[in-house]
Amino acid sequence: MKKKNENQAEVQERIGVYVCHCGSNIAGVVDVSEVARWAAQLPGVVVSRDYKFMCSSPGQAMIIKDIQEQGLTRVVVASCSPHLHEGTFRGACERAGLNPYLFEMANIREQDAWVTSDKTEATKKAKALVAAAVGRVAHQQPLEALLVPIDPNVLVVGGGIAGIQAALEIADSGNHVYLVEREPSIGGHMAQFDKTFPTLDCAACILTPKMVSAGNHKNITLLTWSEVEKVDGYVGNFTVTLRKRARFVDESLCTGCGVCQEKCPKKVIDEVFEAGLGYRKAIYRPFPQAVPNYPVIDKNNCIFFEKGTCKACEKFCPTGAIKFDQQDEILTIEVGNIILATGYDLFDARKVSNYGYGRLANVFTSLEFERLSNAAGPTGGNIVLRDGKTVPKSVAIVHCVGSRDKNYNNYCSAICCMQSLKFAHLVKEKTGATVYNFYIDIRTPGKGYDEFYQRLIEEGTLFVRGKVAEITDVAREPGEEGKLIVQVEDTLVGKQRRIPVDMVILSAGLQARADAKEVAQKFGISCSADQWFIEKHPKLDPVATMTDGVFIAGACQGPKDIPASVAQGAAAAARVLSIIGQQQIQIEAATAIVDEETCVGCQQCIASCPYQAIIYLEDKGKAYVQEALCKGCGTCVGTCLPKCISLKHFTDDQLVAEMVGAMRTMKEFELIPMEAAA
Amino acid sequence: MAKYLLYPGCSMESSAKAYSESLAAIAKPIGLELEEIEDWNCCGATEYLGISLTPAYALISRNLALAAKQANGNKVVVAPCSACYLNLAKADYYMREQPKLGKMVNEALSAGGLSYEPGTLAIRHLLDVIIYDIGLETVKSKVVRPLTGLRVAPYLGCMVPRPDYEKRWSDHEHPIELDLLLKALGAEVIDFPLKTHCCGGHMTQIGPETAFELIRRLISSADQYQADIMATVCPMCQMNLDAYQTETNRYFGTNYQMPIVFFTQLMGLAFGLEPDTAGFGSELVSTKRALAKIGVEIAETETAPARPKKSSGLPMPKPLPRKPELAEKSEAEK
Repeated sequence: MKKKNENQAEVQERIGVYVCHCGSNIAGVVDVSEVARWAAQLPGVVVSRDYKFMCSSPGQAMIIKDIQEQGLTRVVVASCSPHLHEGTFRGACERAGLNPYLFEMANIREQDAWVTSDKTEATKKAKALVAAAVGRVAHQQPLEALLVPIDPNVLVVGGGIAGIQAALEIADSGNHVYLVEREPSIGGHMAQFDKTFPTLDCAACILTPKMVSAGNHKNITLLTWSEVEKVDGYVGNFTVTLRKRARFVDESLCTGCGVCQEKCPKKVIDEVFEAGLGYRKAIYRPFPQAVPNYPVIDKNNCIFFEKGTCKACEKFCPTGAIKFDQQDEILTIEVGNIILATGYDLFDARKVSNYGYGRLANVFTSLEFERLSNAAGPTGGNIVLRDGKTVPKSVAIVHCVGSRDKNYNNYCSAICCMQSLKFAHLVKEKTGATVYNFYIDIRTPGKGYDEFYQRLIEEGTLFVRGKVAEITDVAREPGEEGKLIVQVEDTLVGKQRRIPVDMVILSAGLQARADAKEVAQKFGISCSADQWFIEKHPKLDPVATMTDGVFIAGACQGPKDIPASVAQGAAAAARVLSIIGQQQIQIEAATAIVDEETCVGCQQCIASCPYQAIIYLEDKGKAYVQEALCKGCGTCVGTCLPKCISLKHFTDDQLVAEMVGAMRTMKEFELIPMEAAA
Repeated sequence: MAKYLLYPGCSMESSAKAYSESLAAIAKPIGLELEEIEDWNCCGATEYLGISLTPAYALISRNLALAAKQANGNKVVVAPCSACYLNLAKADYYMREQPKLGKMVNEALSAGGLSYEPGTLAIRHLLDVIIYDIGLETVKSKVVRPLTGLRVAPYLGCMVPRPDYEKRWSDHEHPIELDLLLKALGAEVIDFPLKTHCCGGHMTQIGPETAFELIRRLISSADQYQADIMATVCPMCQMNLDAYQTETNRYFGTNYQMPIVFFTQLMGLAFGLEPDTAGFGSELVSTKRALAKIGVEIAETETAPARPKKSSGLPMPKPLPRKPELAEKSEAEK
């Protein structure tokens, strides 16, 4: 026991160790009482306990009582991930009068119990993690968190339904919102839709009032035809650089009369709003109810920009609003919080070449069908074949195109079943055609959704369970000539079937925006393997991200329908408003600090800092870290050759002590035999 | 001049003579130098892999081992036949994916003093090499007799673009390589929807009705698209569609006359070669009418009189009668 006493003497601190059972989450695999018993003999440990739920009120009370009665100076809790409960336990320490940075957490759930099946191994690993935390905590120093004021302005990126909802909620509370949209008008995908499921109310009728409110709101600055170029700063104090692309139309003069659009001689296929099914002019607004209602000139297709003559729009404009010499504007705005609601892209159905989209004229995508069925669309709402006049007598709707398919996207796109049912209803109602739905599984979770499915069955829509193998125009049997034939294995009958139809609608899945990764990088957040933006917690924090002050809403986080997108838009707004309400925010105290005694002023650290947090003090010839900007990433610490930058809360002695602690369970570090400890 | 190792495969020497003749004729103009693998053997076609894996893979890999030995820096093996291409690529892929199989195959090869390290060679189809190495521009520059006005159905068959171990093709269901090549020759290329469907393979031997139906689908679809001629990349496809067209017509009571040729034959014509140099004359369905469209005259193929249909298959010995043998009785019963 001599050795033990020696070790004890090294550590002046009085450390308390608390091992959590987490019900059976940890205790089911790790022998928690054994870990607590073993930890009691670690250097400096004066109290070591295990308890069913450390995060519960009695658990926290236990820590507080020990701090006050036993005079603990350091606390270690071995439980779950710090993401979940570091704040809880830091708070408990603070309430007992202990600086929260004198607390350390060992993650024996996610990093041990949940990923280790062998009980002996798991217990051994738990001991290593606890010993590491105990070793480290003795070297931790009290730190004070910095408070910074919060800019109440908010940036919302993306003017679809989620972004509009978020912007309106915040603007109504009296705070200012910059709503940035890449396209000429806000409205997003929802503006393209015909009806919405399951209520079948017209998408435009419920969306346009919201668009108009966003356009007129005194607290909303609408920036369409614009994109975010750069984001600097941190929660409460972002500086955002925007590019407002040249519209070639003076917004202050344009009345939105639409004469320019009428007179423009250049017709262009509208790939965006009309999904390639209709035309627009070179000067255009995507749709009549566009907000704002002034048009843009599509430079790449404008005759004047191509050949230097034409200017028909300028000649006819009654207010002289056409400005061919307009340039892109770069704007810089200051905001405290950012909400990303950048939406989704439709899966490119051409990739499933056996379904023939792009080759077979009468194969349509879901978005094309929305435009086809929309009264404001290219056919005035008549559901007809690509020739523009023939009404189909039979229509096939194929579910899961590009979704739930390991060749394309593994995930379920969530909206396609309901969307397909809606299409089936619209086709039947408008044309009386026979409608087939080809599905793998029907997924209709949602209020009134399954009832809608039942209604469709009663309406006489036909359902064939099976993944379509091929859509072809090659007739094999009589009756197939001139038709599109759907080759499918009907898995309920157990037979191959060939079903000839006039029209096929592919319910293409949703996928992340093509530039999602680039956008995520710009805003300092991360993407999943499928490129969807990652939320802070999938259940408990669905609209926040790991970057403070940056929130996500709508389909950019994953496939979702309109109600869910609206809910997320409002949720993100509520999160932002709660931050604004605090007026100032505590930022991480674990920042880098320069030792002015040893700094030689080489400025290597300034170049290495990804957050531009380090400046050079000309008068002293030294580097200086601006605490409010420092994220504590530690890059500068690694860069500094003379080792004169250190990172608070991650100092060399803390990390070495942590490593030595982690190795304690190894044979050569086993200070005392197990039996003696017990 | 790009240099490649050539694995011709058995059919190039027999049923697909037109393929090898036309390939030899067009190789030089487009700068394709082919060096035949010495002492190559049959790839086992589509059957052997279904019987016994290790010997089948050993049979294929012997060619790879020989090729690797002969390689001299040429790492690309070109196979003009789809089945050969697929077999060689498959052996290379599975020897790599399943090291155990690779070991067994090499054990077998070692009996002949050979070995093959999978992944050493790149196995590619002739069409792939022409499109991606030689390039359409080179092909275009050699065209002196554009196939203007000739409607061609591009037919790849099922084995070239699938399973595509090395991601060499534009698409697995509707690859566009052959279409682009034929367009470069000046032909009018139909968007042939069945371009990667099966020709029936050896079903003509074991289940002719199945094969006839598959052949009918292909020919009738090309006919619906008003194709004058069908271009293939595979000896098996060419034989099935050409040699069994008459029987298919008889079976269904149809009267299709769709000439089936190798794409290299059309390249030959476009490069200004005489039809016989480009391998024309051995096809069974006459190409006379199709070639007349591009101003090439060719003698009418003599249609051989239809073979009388045998009532049964090969003569077989009658089954042996049962050996007269009494039931065994126990001692007690006796």
